[in-house]
Amino acid sequence: MQIPAAPRATLRRGLIALGLCAWLAAGTALGDELQEANSLLKAGQHQQALERVNKALAAKPRDPQARFLKGVIFTEQGNTKGAIEIFTKLTQDFPELPEPYNNLAVIYAAQGQYEKARTALEQSIRTHPSYATAYENLGDVYAKLASQAYDKALQLDKTNTGAQNKLSLVREIARGPGPVAAAPREPAKPPVTVAQKQPEKPKPVPEKPAPAADATAEILKTVNGWAQAWSKRDLDAYLAYYAKDFRTPGGEPRAAWEKTRRARIGGAKSISVGIGSPKVTMNGPNQATVTFRQAYRSDTFKANGNKTLVLVKSPDGRWQIQQEKSG
Amino acid sequence: MRLAPLLAAMAFMVPAFAAGPTPEDRLSAVFQAIEANRPGEALKRVDALILDHPNFHLAHLVRGDLLLARARPLQTFGNVTKNVPPEKIDGLRAEALARLRALRQRPADDRLPRHVLQLHPDQKHAFLVDSRRSRLYVFANDAGRPRLVADYYVTLGKNGIEKTREGDQKTPVGVYHVTANLPRKKLTDFYGSGAFPINYPNEWDKRRGRNGHGIWLHGVPSEVYSRPPRASDGCIVLANSDLDLVARYVQVGTTPVIIADEVEWADPAAVEADRRSLAGAIEQWRADWQSRDTAKYLEHYSPQFSTGKQDIAAWSAHKRKVNAAKSWIKLGVSRVAMFRYPRERDFVVVTFDQDYRSPGLSNVMRKRQYWVKEGARWKIIYEGAG
Repeated sequence: MQIPAAPRATLRRGLIALGLCAWLAAGTALGDELQEANSLLKAGQHQQALERVNKALAAKPRDPQARFLKGVIFTEQGNTKGAIEIFTKLTQDFPELPEPYNNLAVIYAAQGQYEKARTALEQSIRTHPSYATAYENLGDVYAKLASQAYDKALQLDKTNTGAQNKLSLVREIARGPGPVAAAPREPAKPPVTVAQKQPEKPKPVPEKPAPAADATAEILKTVNGWAQAWSKRDLDAYLAYYAKDFRTPGGEPRAAWEKTRRARIGGAKSISVGIGSPKVTMNGPNQATVTFRQAYRSDTFKANGNKTLVLVKSPDGRWQIQQEKSG
Repeated sequence: MRLAPLLAAMAFMVPAFAAGPTPEDRLSAVFQAIEANRPGEALKRVDALILDHPNFHLAHLVRGDLLLARARPLQTFGNVTKNVPPEKIDGLRAEALARLRALRQRPADDRLPRHVLQLHPDQKHAFLVDSRRSRLYVFANDAGRPRLVADYYVTLGKNGIEKTREGDQKTPVGVYHVTANLPRKKLTDFYGSGAFPINYPNEWDKRRGRNGHGIWLHGVPSEVYSRPPRASDGCIVLANSDLDLVARYVQVGTTPVIIADEVEWADPAAVEADRRSLAGAIEQWRADWQSRDTAKYLEHYSPQFSTGKQDIAAWSAHKRKVNAAKSWIKLGVSRVAMFRYPRERDFVVVTFDQDYRSPGLSNVMRKRQYWVKEGARWKIIYEGAG
């Protein structure tokens, strides 16, 4: 699988994208219901989460976020049939949303129906060409299909297919229609590529010197440095940008995650990572959230997408990545 | 592009699809799409090919690569990631190379195979096996000259060519002909859609002490479309659909099968000069026998001559005695076929109808002679019934 970053289980843990944030922040009753359902789901309390969602759906039966969340809950509960039904219906009612296709694909792949998974993911990407999760999942599905083709070529036993690779289930619709999404979904603007250049002077730096502004500048410098190290495939430098307590995307041990990153980045012949329209939000003196458009391009893979980094200030004063999310 | 390791080296040519594309034509179209950097089209084509020929394992391998290339860069052609015996993949890789090479290296239109000097009128077709290219070429008889009409991928012996011993798993090199037609229903599934035994070991093989038997042209088991280039026990193996096509050309007892290292494509004028030179020698031999000038007649025979039973001395004594007793001899030679013997220098297998008339004895027979060039002169080294 070829992934620009490591977004997979970040999504599993719950993706908070801008649209959703804004929408939830709108503070509607429905938003509250769903936010709680989401928290319950994250806490593993499926049944309670389902009850909340059903409540929300009683008020607004067509709501895509609520239906989507219900599908996710069903998936987690192992109610595959129910989940397929919901996601399929969502693709029909909201064909412009990439997430339901993605999740359908995840379920099909888990069932070993890789051709169906492929079709769904290709549709997901057609819907939203910069949807990184679908690309990533599609990479897995292609690898699986390739493996099956090789088995046929070599007349090998079908049972001998190797480790099951779980695809990333998306938990929430990132840019859902709804009250806020009334703001038209803008086409992805090509982000500025700064990978090969010196990091530009960050624009959003306020004139007045303030501690926060200094921090913002430092943080942007860090993010640019991170993108450069990645682009140069300077693995040690790249990995040094991650904090000791970095939350690995799949919750895997740090060493395992590093190994995967080394293999992926080291395996590429060329990589270029561009950062576009970065936005820094200080969560406190020692924590910040940076969102930006990430333009990833390697010799074999290309993806544009939103990226969120949570950075923390380490005791030695350096900013380091504690969380990394795509979508 | 991502498939670079797969095909960078394979420049390509478009095969002419005469009677609808064969599976091989379609596979080559897949490679062509890859080369043209249209992997999506390539995948579609290979999907369709597999739908029609689910047992074409090489097509599955290519499909695997096309899919994997979407997930990550390929390291090699047949980028199987699983731990499998390498020879399994190597067989398919070799098949891919053989098929592509044969399609790419087409003989020029104005060239003729050096081995076929002359076909006789009843030989409607001749088969030439190019071992290096894993290819069987079918030639039609165009007034005695060969004209290429079709060619097919073939599997040959595991251990290569030039069979000498029973069980050496090699394919013989030489000039043979089809001796029988064994229909599918008389065979196990292993031989596929049929089999055509050839006359290995021939007189020349026997004279050199070569043995073994059961060299056939045959098909493949139903679970495969084709086999790797070097996989048989010495037989010449074709895809069943190809064998069915080849079968239409076979005349039992007549169709020559020449197995060579490679088909040498020569200037037709040179081939014709060769043919004429030997045809002249044969005519002189005929005339000298008919004139009963036994000394001159025997000059056509090599000191190494043998019938398998008589050496040159015994043969000469016998001929002197017989010819001396005749007051006249009339000798007709017709329906002459001449094939150069692969791996031998100036060595030609000649078969013809011999119409012998004399006081007390007349007979018509099919005769076979091996002619070799000794110095500047063609001489007979073997003679027997053909």
